[in-house]
Amino acid sequence: MIDLDPIDRQILRALQEDATQKAAEIGRCFGLSQPAAWRRIKRLTDAGVITTRRLDLDAEKLGFGVTVFLGVKLATKGRVSLEDFERAVTAIPEVQLVQHVLGLYDYRLRIIARDLPDFERVLRRRIMTLPGVGNVEANVLLSEERRPGPLG
Amino acid sequence: MLDDLDRHILRHLQSDPDQPVARVAKAAGVPVATCYKRLDRMQAMGALRGTRAVIDWRALGYAVQVSLRISLDKTDPRAFDEFIAAARAVPEVTEIQTFLGRVDVRLEVIARTMPHYQEIYRDRILSLPHIADIEALMHVAAIKDSESLPL
Repeated sequence: MIDLDPIDRQILRALQEDATQKAAEIGRCFGLSQPAAWRRIKRLTDAGVITTRRLDLDAEKLGFGVTVFLGVKLATKGRVSLEDFERAVTAIPEVQLVQHVLGLYDYRLRIIARDLPDFERVLRRRIMTLPGVGNVEANVLLSEERRPGPLG
Repeated sequence: MLDDLDRHILRHLQSDPDQPVARVAKAAGVPVATCYKRLDRMQAMGALRGTRAVIDWRALGYAVQVSLRISLDKTDPRAFDEFIAAARAVPEVTEIQTFLGRVDVRLEVIARTMPHYQEIYRDRILSLPHIADIEALMHVAAIKDSESLPL
């Protein structure tokens, strides 16, 4: 685990917003030379703080109008292997996120679909046929915002 | 509107946003200039909003991640707005979503340790306005986290 100073936090916030910025631009924003900014970004990357960069796409403009969060409970725990379920669910292209969780459900899924009939197709043909799947709860996403997190 | 070439370009780029545009153009079988033109156009129409760095909070010592599923007291018409405005002020909240379904709002909360989580939960979350019920799912492992679109 690495310690961050206020400038590191500002750099992380800036890269969360726009990861295409070069070290020189980041440096100019925070009063650092290009090499100093580059060293800080490298340190944050090497420490695993910045893992990947991700395209920020407007799903709706690309024809994906429906996002649904699913809570999934396995019906036959202990008998069916978790790996079977995980391997099968991960292979579904419409499944963007799979989290193993503790609580009311065993897994949290995020599903993207073109519209409600398309979601119904994914749910019936892909999700309900997964090995070991039991109770499923669906909540249709209405709005979403990502927060910068505790970067002071 | 987007055509097949646009989708092709995005599909390649989202699999690895770090790759040079020249490689994306090659994979799509078009000149680099065409690829840039398409990317600029998709940016202008708002389909491609940008590229964001993903932070691994665990590397910063935030080992606890909890999904809080919240029902609000909907007898008050301002419940959603006031709840969300107050939730934004909690630094450990990393995502806020609203839903149609059994759950009204979901908050993703991160904490360094379980005692730290308990402190955030008691002092910051339970004091948020208009909460009728809360259910927590504790994150154990991420099996898949791509957020890519099946283009």
